[in-house]
Amino acid sequence: MDLPVWQALYDELRDHNFIPIAVAFDSAGEKAVAPWIEAAHPTYPCLIDRSHIVAELYDMVNVPTAVWINEQGRIVRPSEIAGFNDAFRRMDRVNLTMPPDVLEEFSSARSAYVGAIRDWAVKGAASRFALPEQEVLRRMHTPSDEHVRAAANFRMGEYLVEQGHADAARPYFEEAKRLRPESWNYKRQAWALEDPMKAAGPEFWAAVDALGPHEYYPVSKDI
Amino acid sequence: METKPLTVIYGAHATRIAEPEVKGDELWLTAEELDRTSGWVFKPEGFCKAGTCIPIPPKRQSEFIRDSRYNLAALAALLGQPIVRNQEQAVWSFGEAAVERRRSLTSLDAPDFTLPDLSGRMHSLSEHRGKKVLLVSWASW
Repeated sequence: MDLPVWQALYDELRDHNFIPIAVAFDSAGEKAVAPWIEAAHPTYPCLIDRSHIVAELYDMVNVPTAVWINEQGRIVRPSEIAGFNDAFRRMDRVNLTMPPDVLEEFSSARSAYVGAIRDWAVKGAASRFALPEQEVLRRMHTPSDEHVRAAANFRMGEYLVEQGHADAARPYFEEAKRLRPESWNYKRQAWALEDPMKAAGPEFWAAVDALGPHEYYPVSKDI
Repeated sequence: METKPLTVIYGAHATRIAEPEVKGDELWLTAEELDRTSGWVFKPEGFCKAGTCIPIPPKRQSEFIRDSRYNLAALAALLGQPIVRNQEQAVWSFGEAAVERRRSLTSLDAPDFTLPDLSGRMHSLSEHRGKKVLLVSWASW
């Protein structure tokens, strides 16, 4: 979990008018996220989004995904993976550990991403990582009818689970996944609600392997 | 016509309606319920929210207004919003229209939201206007 990474960046860069806002996509709510937040004791906002509202608003299909928003409230980098890459696919899946070379490759994504944030926090609009509007628009995936229908189905499923109707929720999660197969948030959240271990279990790894040459964490080429 | 209680999921909120009128695909709410669930208010110029009014198409008045009630499902269809229903638990989930989502995202104005922290305190993105914000997601799963 990256909460301590964002805390360190906040401590370092707050005088440059920079703040992280972390949003947990967790339909199980406080009980699921409390251990992580309590361990990190963040001084920046660490929010809980049971309904994945922010994912819908900003078109996020995986975690960790981030958007950069400037002082005027304008998006200067659209949704992108925040410092992860696909090296994790080569980890030891039994012990969940990474050999040194894999760990090094995986860590390089984070240091590059953190470096980009630092550059932006200090230089603002002059940073090469703060993208021109045309480039932000070019990188955006625009929501389709399937996407908004998927979101309405996911909301229904999440609400039914919250009300204690997990069985009734299942077809709505299935429909959300069918309409938006690229959303790992829908897949993994639905697994996690069945069993917290399932989101990183054999079903998860089978789905990752099924990607073949396609990336699980697509890396932005300019970072 | 059914009048048993139901729940409407609309935007960020789920609202309980004690005595709605449901007839097939139609969901008829009072003016107060319409406002409380969806934020839409009926005025002479049409359905209005946040300074924008949607006129009712000519000759289709009866699909939207009847006996001081308003058909939220017809309004949603007019706006292009998806509707997902669960009959057994009496829940209606209204999504956002794709065209509205596209308009919002491609304006590049960061859409606002309000969410709780662990202590239950509510935070809005807009409180941080004037700062560079890294809006970053994570999950326990």
